[in-house]
Amino acid sequence: MNPPLLTIRDLRKSFGKTEVLKSVDLDVGRGEVVAVIGPSGSGKTTLLRCINFLEAYDGGSIRIDDSEVGYNDARKRRGERALARMRAETGMVFQSFNLFPHLTAAGNIMLGLTKVRRKSRSEARDIAKVWLERVGLGHKADALPSELSGGQQQRVGIARAVAMEPKILLLDEITSALDPELVGEVLEVVRGLAAEGMTMLMVTHEIAFARDASSRLVFMADGAVAAEGPPADLIASAEANPRLNSFLARFRASNF
Amino acid sequence: MGYSLNFSVVWRNFDKLWGGLVLSLELAVVSLAIGVVIGLVLAVVHVSGGRFTRMAIAVYVEAFRNTPLILLVYLVFYGLPQVVDLRYDATTSFVATLSVYAGAYLVEVFRSGLEAIPRGQIDAGRAIGLTPAQRLFHVRLPAMIRITLPALSNTFISLFKDTSVASVIAVPELTWGAQWINLNTFRIVEAYLMATAMYLATGYVMLFSLRLVERRFRVGRNA
Amino acid sequence: MLDAMIYALPFLLEGLWITVVVSILTVSISLVAGLALGCALVYGPLPLRLLVRIFSDTIRGIPILVLIFFVYYGFPAIGIDFDSFWAAVTALTLFKTAQVIEYVRGAVASIPRGQSEAAMAIGLTFSERLVSVIFPQALRRFLPPWINGVTDAVKGSALVSLLGVTDLMYAINQVIGRTYEAMPLYVLGAVIYFVINFSLSTLSRRLERRFSFVQA
Repeated sequence: MNPPLLTIRDLRKSFGKTEVLKSVDLDVGRGEVVAVIGPSGSGKTTLLRCINFLEAYDGGSIRIDDSEVGYNDARKRRGERALARMRAETGMVFQSFNLFPHLTAAGNIMLGLTKVRRKSRSEARDIAKVWLERVGLGHKADALPSELSGGQQQRVGIARAVAMEPKILLLDEITSALDPELVGEVLEVVRGLAAEGMTMLMVTHEIAFARDASSRLVFMADGAVAAEGPPADLIASAEANPRLNSFLARFRASNF
Repeated sequence: MGYSLNFSVVWRNFDKLWGGLVLSLELAVVSLAIGVVIGLVLAVVHVSGGRFTRMAIAVYVEAFRNTPLILLVYLVFYGLPQVVDLRYDATTSFVATLSVYAGAYLVEVFRSGLEAIPRGQIDAGRAIGLTPAQRLFHVRLPAMIRITLPALSNTFISLFKDTSVASVIAVPELTWGAQWINLNTFRIVEAYLMATAMYLATGYVMLFSLRLVERRFRVGRNA
Repeated sequence: MLDAMIYALPFLLEGLWITVVVSILTVSISLVAGLALGCALVYGPLPLRLLVRIFSDTIRGIPILVLIFFVYYGFPAIGIDFDSFWAAVTALTLFKTAQVIEYVRGAVASIPRGQSEAAMAIGLTFSERLVSVIFPQALRRFLPPWINGVTDAVKGSALVSLLGVTDLMYAINQVIGRTYEAMPLYVLGAVIYFVINFSLSTLSRRLERRFSFVQA
């Protein structure tokens, strides 16, 4: 069996006195789609932010393709350029989109391609066009973010991340800021990426979507992985895990 | 370098600086008070007035905001008595100038304050049956004062610094005090060092105490 | 009255020229210094940040008039000698620099954290983030208050007349000293200052409206 793409061991992270991640262990294999669920404050988002080194972590290790994220072998923080190169290997899609408001949809995608991937502007523009086409926004290449709906902005956000051809795509509650009627179009894009074999780790509140689109569900509680497994198995076994059970109970009424 | 500081003359004439500082503060307080009245009245008039009134207020605001204070001070003290039959001393003249100058800034502060009041608060006032005047005095003005408090304290500190311009028509405030020491003792560096320190110290005391007042008001609203 | 104005005009134009020169020098030097120090205040190491903070707070706490006298009389005492013109420009520049520092800080602080993070996430280095993401957005927030603040330099420049610099304010007083026609000349002077400053503040408001699309 291939070694996993992402290996997290005993990951710890505190903000001041609050221990957000107590000890997280998690593997994500190539082509796997893993959905992280759990109550708010369980550390899901912090976990994603550590993987992209938007947050420095305090202890344990995160390895992507066998190289440590953020730190070198002597456990010294890597230099600015090395960190930047590393982050380019992990794509991130944000809850609040965070599109660059001064750049067009295509410009948002082209920025990383030209500055980080060193592609020419015309080449970058072609790639941007392809990805905008893929997320159904080929006609909006020259629109500014302020001229796009929330769902369209988030689709540009996804295109911006995947155009960099990252090894893994991190999705941080990407539909939480959207009006309900716009959620579907974004999830459709994610489903398409999953079908093509993109490795993804997503934090989500869309339990039904997580169940249908992921190959594995991870339930986090109190800063650690409390349960994990194939979606159907995990949900079926929920009775045995009181915390998971009470978490899922909230969704059973409506979504299941 | 070649110049040794000697503060003894400054200490001997410290009453000139101290008296000047007190007068500076008085000028700032009085001008702020009159300016607030002008600003409040015109802001209310502006919000409820017709196009012509709005235009007249805009002309006043823009005229005073875009002209140097020193020119206005000269104009009122030396120019105005040539065309109107009024006699006034330099201090009165300066207070009048600074008040009208402050008013021009405060109209804008109060106007945007009135506009920043959430619509719901005014509707709530209407819903419990307050008359327009009652809504103004019991809902809009109190809410607006809270919103504009930080801008008011900034204006006060600016006015305090602006009082230094009064020295050009020999109002015996702090800067004039430093000039007096300079003219009479030639210890010019010491005089200005001391005056500068006094402006800074007073400004900081004002800033910190005003921030305390603002915080109290904020807590009062949230509680 | 009209005679007085016609007599005054050449003097006023000469004075206006000095006012414009003083203002332009002040505004351009303070822009460079303020941008550099403003960036130091936001991104510099702690001791540097502290120094810039003290500089800015101190300068902004001193009346411009006092600052002008202080530089003119005080600097020669520590061995820095300059004539009244350069003393005036130096003092006004110090004052404006402190202002620019605060505009820079405000502009950068107004950009949401998510912008930096999104730029990090696609692999941009610190300097690339500044150049491609932070500065283009900060510029739109910096420009309107900065242009509006140019009026402060023009208004403040009237104070340099007190050092004997023959600017517009000085020229006005000079003509009044000869003609004793105070009111018409002060009004004329006020109109000239008004025209300059009102154009600047109108431009500032226009830019603000134009750039409002990035406020999202």
